[in-house]
Amino acid sequence: MNVDETNLPGLGLRKDFMTASGRRIGVVELREGQTELIISTWDDPDTCQASIPLTSDEAATLGNLLGGQHLAMKLTEEHKDVPGIVTRQFSIAPESPFQNQPMGKACIRTRCGVSIVAIMREGEVLPSPGPDVVLHSGDLLVAVGTLEGLDSAATILRHG
Amino acid sequence: MDPLALTLIELGAVVFCLGLLARLAGRIGMSPIPLYLLGGLAFGAGGVVKLEGMHEFSHLSGEISVILLLLMLGLEYTAAELFTGLRRSWQAGALDLVLNFLPGAALALLLGWGGVGAMVMGGITYISSSGIAAKVITDLGRLGNRETPVVLSILVFEDLAMAVYLPILTATLAGVSFLGGLTTVAIALAVVTVVLMVALRHGHHVSKAVHSENSEVFLLNVLGAALLVAGLASAMQVSAAVGAFMLGIAISGATAHNATRILEPLRDLFAAIFFVAFGLNTDPSSIPPVLGWALVLAVVTAGTKMATGIWAAKREGIARPGRFRAGATLIARGEFSIVIAGLAVASGAVPPYLAALATAYVLLMAMLGPLAARFVEPVVKVASRRRQVPAQA
Repeated sequence: MNVDETNLPGLGLRKDFMTASGRRIGVVELREGQTELIISTWDDPDTCQASIPLTSDEAATLGNLLGGQHLAMKLTEEHKDVPGIVTRQFSIAPESPFQNQPMGKACIRTRCGVSIVAIMREGEVLPSPGPDVVLHSGDLLVAVGTLEGLDSAATILRHG
Repeated sequence: MDPLALTLIELGAVVFCLGLLARLAGRIGMSPIPLYLLGGLAFGAGGVVKLEGMHEFSHLSGEISVILLLLMLGLEYTAAELFTGLRRSWQAGALDLVLNFLPGAALALLLGWGGVGAMVMGGITYISSSGIAAKVITDLGRLGNRETPVVLSILVFEDLAMAVYLPILTATLAGVSFLGGLTTVAIALAVVTVVLMVALRHGHHVSKAVHSENSEVFLLNVLGAALLVAGLASAMQVSAAVGAFMLGIAISGATAHNATRILEPLRDLFAAIFFVAFGLNTDPSSIPPVLGWALVLAVVTAGTKMATGIWAAKREGIARPGRFRAGATLIARGEFSIVIAGLAVASGAVPPYLAALATAYVLLMAMLGPLAARFVEPVVKVASRRRQVPAQA
């Protein structure tokens, strides 16, 4: 993927690329530290239909949502030869009992036979997280297991 | 009344009024500069109320505001940005200079204001307001637009051109001989080049020298350094403002960012007083005779800025609507036109009608610019639709 980086003297940096559907999409990183999500209009790729200011939390969450989807799709692709094995994503809500707790406390693998294969955090991937990794609200957990196992893992992560 | 008490009361009343005007400007979404100028006109020589005690204060604060404006302009861009800007946009920048300097200069010659007047008026019509342009781009959500870097790089070029123009202007206004003028320009160019080189390689040393974690120490360091450098530059006959600009460029990175944050309120205060003071010293009754010329100049130089933007954007492969947006964003003139006019008036080397013309011109352009930027897009769309309809029929 070819991302264009354009300097905006005095204001910041624009990073964008052209989608297959003909829209230009990207972010503007302002000097003051804010991020703006930009999406071009369909009839004039030079101009922006939307320029949405995002806080760093919002930007990280959006990154997780988009990146997590990609990772889950890849994993599903790899597991498709093993019948009964499914990939699913769980997000850690602010009210989750395991927020700010090491992941091992939830005992997901012991209790449901589900493996957490990756954590998406602030747009970055933590592959094969160990039991000591502390979970934060907004984290996206990518889990692999059977359908029933994943259902019970979801309940555990939500309610303990 | 005690003269000190009178001065304080007048100053307080003026600053308070400026606050009201700035709030009004914010409410209707325009630049406060035209309102400050109007406020100054109302309270100045021949205005509604005459303020006497302000005079001394406004003179020094005018000088300081010019230094602060240029210092912050320098802080805004890093040396690397200036270099790449210069390399990428020198053709557009040169076209901008020729197209927009000439109308002002020609009118000054036509009105018989001589070479000095032409030099001043050319500068006034040349320099776009980077403050208004940046605000327009942010307010209209055009940060991510493709023509925005084109506009910004032209503004960068203009700011660099100011660094060369201001010393020449100072020398011309002081009535220095041709040879003396050449020496000043040579010194200015050498200083600009050296500072850019130093800033590019050793900017962090300069930043380190003024930097401090304590915001009070930091403010005093930066302000003191700026005034010192400006004074030294002035003693070397290369214009105090350029000294401050160069210091701004040399300070880089996080230090520059912090300096901008800390100096912003100070600059706003002094700049507002400077604009008012400029209006104060202009007699409102001298404006009507030059209003016609100001209108002509406004129309012509709006057209030339438009042409500059269209040409520059077309070179970057931007489609029709984007070209017009780029042109319209450049139209606004503001703070630096008043700075140039202020320097000229302070030197006494230009006729008083120049101040009136400059005031009327900046009033028009500071209001017209943001409006043009906002409405150019629908206008272009309607115009191109009209053109397409007969083609289909």
